[in-house]
Formats: sequence, C-alpha cells, structure tokens
Amino acid sequence: MATPATTADATPSQPEKQAIPPVQMFYCGVCTFPPEYCEFGDSLSKCKEWLQAQHPDLYDKYYSDVALKAKLGTISQEAQSKLEEDTAKKEAKAEAKADAARKKKLASQVIIKRIERNKRKYITSVRGLEAFGVDLKKAAKLFAQRFATGGSVTKNAAGIDEIVVQGDVSQEIYDMIVEANDGKGGKKGLDVLKDVLVDNIEMVEEKRKKDE
Amino acid sequence: MADASCSRETKSRGRAIEADRDTHTQPSSSRCFRMFKKFQPSADIAGQTTVKSSIQRGIRSAILSSWKIDVETLEEIWPKKESIVHVKCRDHLSIYALHGEPLFFQHFDGPYFPTLRLFHKYPFILPHVRVDRGAIRFLLAGAHMMCPGLTSAGGWLPPADAALPAGTPVAFDAEGKEFAVGIGIMKLGTEEMKVVKKGVAVESITYVGDDLWAIQKL
Ligand SMILES: [Zn+2]
Repeated sequence: MATPATTADATPSQPEKQAIPPVQMFYCGVCTFPPEYCEFGDSLSKCKEWLQAQHPDLYDKYYSDVALKAKLGTISQEAQSKLEEDTAKKEAKAEAKADAARKKKLASQVIIKRIERNKRKYITSVRGLEAFGVDLKKAAKLFAQRFATGGSVTKNAAGIDEIVVQGDVSQEIYDMIVEANDGKGGKKGLDVLKDVLVDNIEMVEEKRKKDE
Repeated sequence: MADASCSRETKSRGRAIEADRDTHTQPSSSRCFRMFKKFQPSADIAGQTTVKSSIQRGIRSAILSSWKIDVETLEEIWPKKESIVHVKCRDHLSIYALHGEPLFFQHFDGPYFPTLRLFHKYPFILPHVRVDRGAIRFLLAGAHMMCPGLTSAGGWLPPADAALPAGTPVAFDAEGKEFAVGIGIMKLGTEEMKVVKKGVAVESITYVGDDLWAIQKL
C-alpha cells in the first residue's frame, strides 16, 4: 500500500521515506493469545488441538520436541514442572466451570404459558430464556415485531424477569425457537434465540379464573 | 488559582477536581497501574467524541516525539485525514480509536501508550526489556515486574550506554518468546535495577489477555 503520489514525486537525490510495514500477527483462535503464550492460558489442550488442525506448520514450530526443549531457557526443571502443573490446574478449573454451565443449561427450563385474560383474550408469558444466554429485551422486541403486538420484559410476583406478549402466540414462539435452532440459526433475525434447547421447553396453559 | 476555582465548583464536580489536582503533586504514571485488570467497556466507558483537529495535531506530535516512529509509519497507522475518536473512560483514562480499533491510550496527562495489539504490529516503537521465563506467568496475572525477573540470566536490560530512565514506557519481551507479553512504565532506571536487584522495576500497564486486549472493537 505505497502512496502513489509520493512515489511519483520522489527524486533520486532525495530517497523517499517509506512507512515501515506492520508485522503480520497471528493469534490463537481459541484463547486469542500469540500461540507461543497459549501455555500460560487456561485452554492449552484446546489451543494445541486447534493449532494442529488449522496450522500444522506452526504447531511444529511451537510444540515439537526441539521447540519444547528450547523454550525452557534458563528456567529450572522444578519451576517448569510447577508451571505445567499450574496450567493443568487452570485448565481443569476452566473446564469444570464450562461443564457446570452446560449442566445448568441442560437442567434449565423455558416455560411458555398461554394465559386467558378475558373471554377469548390471551397473553403469552415466556420464562427462563435467560438461562440460555438470551437477552430478554431483545427477545421481547423480536416477539413484538414478529407478531405486531405488545411485548415487554416484566418482573413477575416472584421477582423473576419474564417476557409478556399480548395475544396467544405460544405455539408461534415455540416454532420460532425450533426454527432458530434449526441448522445455521441467525435467519430472519432469530439469532437471539439460537442457544435455547427445544427439549427444555414446556408449554403451559392458565385458564381464566371463575370469579374474573 | 486552581484552589480558587475549585472552591467555586459545585459539589458533584468536587471529586473530579480533586483527582485533577493530584496529577500535579504526583507523577501520573504512579496512578495508572493495573488500569486494564478490571475494565468493563459497558460500565467503564463514559462516552465517545471525535477529537478536534488542533488537539489531534498535539497528540500526533507528542507521539512522534515519545515513540520511536517516523512520520510515514504513523501516517500508515493513523492517516492525517482521518479523525481519531476519544473514548472517555472512568478514572481519567482515555482510549483513542480509529474505525473502532483502539490504537493508543493515556492516563491523565501521562504518556501515550500503544495498545499491545498495535505494538505487536510495530514492535520498534518502544524500547524493550526482557523478563525471564519464570516471570511470564506473573506478568500474565497482572503483576508488576520485580527487578530479579529482569536482572536474572534469562532477563535482559539495555547496556549502560542505552540506559533507560525511570518513567519511560517499555515493552516486556519474554525469554524464549518472539512477541512482547506486555507494556509497562519504568519505576527505576535500568542502571539502578542492576544495582538494587530487588523491588518493583517496571509497573505493568497492559498485557496479553487483559481487559484491553479483549477489546478489539469499540
Ligand atoms: Zn491459545
């Protein structure tokens, strides 16, 4: 990307000064560090797997026996063992955390409830989406737009946020979540719902009370 | 003069004024430590403004005089015709971004530091020191660099004829590594470190994996 104007103007007696080109950096696709620092992160096994699959040449540069020996430098064997131990511990901790998050997600439920307000008047409440990383405000807006109706995030009696949509759209919301999970996701702006587990959705109906 | 204007300030601005006054009595570098150890863009950014061209000129010349960079290369990084955006953050921290990419930052009226990602592209713009392998994990945990990590066999300090004084922004190279692991500011001169061999040598400002590293777009 030299600037053509200055190139044309340059005279032999006054050599043109060029910008020094940047170093093309390459960062780990897992932990974002320069690959040589992956060993200090909390995902070394995954980083190595990724690098070996994506850039086998670089993998050899950083993880061949020669490279492993060379990088030890002046550190004592003891200190190196301690480092490896630490890395393994960090990794185990990160994995346990991810695992706990996964389990929690598996155990979480989304409840889509059709509530009868008046005769033939319904509202739909959706609860528990936040456990799947859904931004409730965005989801409420999505529902409101999709059904051209009112949609908002409100706190229920127990103080838990839920989405309330005007009208009976419970089946439609269910279908939207299925669609969002179907293949690529992201289509028609359903991105927001893509991590919800369809199997964890429960459909509930609340009848109008007699005295209303 | 400063005090007089201070007393006229409303209460809500009192704290900001006080913080401002601190910069005059204390080297600003001593207050910027660990600024990106706990930084949340959503909570810690107050707003963004385009910088006035007269101020841009001032920043440009400050950078040209404090970094080892020529006009042409700075022009590549930050073309004159493009306006830089000032991202105002809590505690008088300013990040400057071009097209959303953070390029450099400043604390109070202290020196301009390149972001580590920018520095990786242009590793000659700051002087270097090198930490030994044993110190890397501490740096990556946000610790300041103690003298032994630099004066040990695996570390490296510039020779006496290229000594760096306290207050200089420096990059941390690391033993056996190709790329810098962080950027800091010297608390002691390099010759002093070689003599005392203990205590904090360089304060860590930003490092691989900190909260500034995580911000690729603002
Ligand atoms: Zn990695």
